[in-house]
Amino acid sequence: MNLPAVDETAAQELSQLRALESESIHIIREVAAEFDRPCLLFSGGKDSAVMLHLAVKALRPAILPFPVVHIDTGHNFPEVTEFRDRTVKRLGVELIVASVEDAIREGQVPPSTAPGNSRNRLQTPVLLETIRKNKFGAVFGGARRDEERARAKERVYSFRDEFGQWDPKNQRPEVWNLYNGFISPGQHIRVFPLSNWTELDIWRYMADQKIELPSIYFAHEREVVERDGMLMAVSPLLQPEPRETVSKQSVRFRTVGDMTSTAAVPSMASTLEEVIAEVAATRISERGASRADDRTSEAAMEDRKREGYF
Amino acid sequence: MKLLRIATAGSVDDGKSTLIGRLLFDSKSVSDDVLCAAQVTSRRQSSEYLNLALFTDGLRAEREQGITIDVAYRYFGTPKRKFILADTPGHVQYTRNMVTGASTADVALIIIDARNGVVEQSRRHAVIASLLGIRHVVVCVNKMDLVEYSHAVFAPIRDEFEGFLNKLKIDNAHFIPMSALHGDNVVESSTKMPWYQDRPLLHYLEEFQLPAEAADQPLRLPVQYVIRPLRNEYHDYRGYAGAVAGGVVYVGQEVTILPSGLTTRVTGVETPDGEVDQAPKPTSVTVRVADDFDISRGDMIISTDDAPRTTQTFDATICWMSDKTVLHQDHMLRIKHTTRTAKAMITDLKCLIDIASLEAQTGVDSLKLNEIGRVSIRTSTPLVCDDYTQNRVTGSFILVDEATNDTVAAGMIGSPRFGDFISVT
Repeated sequence: MNLPAVDETAAQELSQLRALESESIHIIREVAAEFDRPCLLFSGGKDSAVMLHLAVKALRPAILPFPVVHIDTGHNFPEVTEFRDRTVKRLGVELIVASVEDAIREGQVPPSTAPGNSRNRLQTPVLLETIRKNKFGAVFGGARRDEERARAKERVYSFRDEFGQWDPKNQRPEVWNLYNGFISPGQHIRVFPLSNWTELDIWRYMADQKIELPSIYFAHEREVVERDGMLMAVSPLLQPEPRETVSKQSVRFRTVGDMTSTAAVPSMASTLEEVIAEVAATRISERGASRADDRTSEAAMEDRKREGYF
Repeated sequence: MKLLRIATAGSVDDGKSTLIGRLLFDSKSVSDDVLCAAQVTSRRQSSEYLNLALFTDGLRAEREQGITIDVAYRYFGTPKRKFILADTPGHVQYTRNMVTGASTADVALIIIDARNGVVEQSRRHAVIASLLGIRHVVVCVNKMDLVEYSHAVFAPIRDEFEGFLNKLKIDNAHFIPMSALHGDNVVESSTKMPWYQDRPLLHYLEEFQLPAEAADQPLRLPVQYVIRPLRNEYHDYRGYAGAVAGGVVYVGQEVTILPSGLTTRVTGVETPDGEVDQAPKPTSVTVRVADDFDISRGDMIISTDDAPRTTQTFDATICWMSDKTVLHQDHMLRIKHTTRTAKAMITDLKCLIDIASLEAQTGVDSLKLNEIGRVSIRTSTPLVCDDYTQNRVTGSFILVDEATNDTVAAGMIGSPRFGDFISVT
């Protein structure tokens, strides 16, 4: 037998990011193998950018054999939309855009009644309709378990019934890395390949892999108003109210979503390395700092997830 | 340091949530907004202390009922190491969740209330840890503040439980006296127990060395997906994608494809990092081989000199996880083993194992939720497998109900490590 001397460093442990990366790729390949019609939710945000990067790696040198889907609130940061289109074009993948704006115009969903006219919650019916229409059996999402306490309990393969609902008390046990992808027609699963990543892991990985991001993730000068203790970007969609004062500050965004409900944080970090240093030192959670919608109640995310939110 | 995966289990009220809250809090993994919310709630509950258990609160029903209903995953880190902690409830009826949490863990944390000593739950947790192949256990003897930090209380608990762990062939057990409530020996060393000279829990976990296993294991590479790019420049390309489940795959290696038995040679190994000479478990790789064989998902690439079994019949230990159905003899199910799915029939339900007493009860006609039993299984197509004690990936499987698609059982091929100690009644 001609076994070479085993390279000790290769046989040693993978670094922690490498272990997460291999685990995510394993999940993506399982889904690609077991489902006829998967799709990948791609908003242009950092988590979905990392997820797309991993999906491309998982199946290369083949071109991604499934589409990416963006549930477009119409309330996007322009920098994010531009990044989305450029990335999709560079990778040669198919992009499906499902528009909340269109759904409102066509009367499929009622206009938002949320504070600031946020369309975050309106994404759910549009997403479910997109899944139904395209007969997607598996939908990749970039959610992480460290984000929020309801997510801490969600499976990697998260089963959804015909109504797209998540039933936290009736989840399939998930043992080892053996994922149960059996579903009946009309049902689907949400798949979260980044379940075990933390915000810091995501940033470190982006630096390691030189993954490109929309510019608003880095410090830039912007007009903001302070509202409920959060810095909101002034835009045609969000105008200062009579008693609010507009100031120009150096800020960046920790998450990107609906412009009317995604807050900025004061920051001077203009490079990935500087952002990592800031994230490592910060004492406020990503959602606590920048998502107005999660502040509504202690169980805001749990309730939205039950309805079919990602 | 390697990422460390930990499973915890505790009984009701032994302070598990407080301990985890303390680990998160003292390692500064709790953010200010979460801390602030916990402070407000603690005041509302008229608690004398910051209620650390609030950091691990999950779903609404759990907050309302003050219980944990499911496995929750927690993430914390120190400059030295990242930890993933599977937090499982300790009630008797939740064996299912403990099995789930333990299935991916390297280390189990078992919590014992110093006032109560070793109880049935403690033994149950240790048995499940051993059954799921965890070789390293940290026993947290908690609530030492309520027994005056007394060595005379700690020592007999340690001696009794150590004897039990030896029987379970858990070869590495470490005991730490602590008070999670006051923070003694969790992150900081206690000044109240000078008789304990060793490191506090977090420090111990940070330094814990997982034994390297890849080098001396035979290659196991279940094929997940065959990559055939529809691009001109890759006209003849065929890549076999999968996660290395044992040993190392390297360029030039003589390999056999099972179940076909065809032998070939590895000509290329690609990892997420690019082309390499070799890749160890658990890297996700894409390999190319010299011959143009028909290799598909469900096949396994193995080192020619050390083959696993290829079989349609085997014995296994299973944990039944369904609350809607029971397992019975001649039960027809689906099985998922590595990347292969098949039909499976339970040809013999040999016995039920009482995991508190390690007694086997024969002559049973069903297995119910949270029960563990020994079975014989026949599958519709051959499986390429090792005993679970040899390899946790190629030795494990799940059973899926054909009608509901629910995962109804977790199974381990072969006998448990402590199999010799199971007595038949």
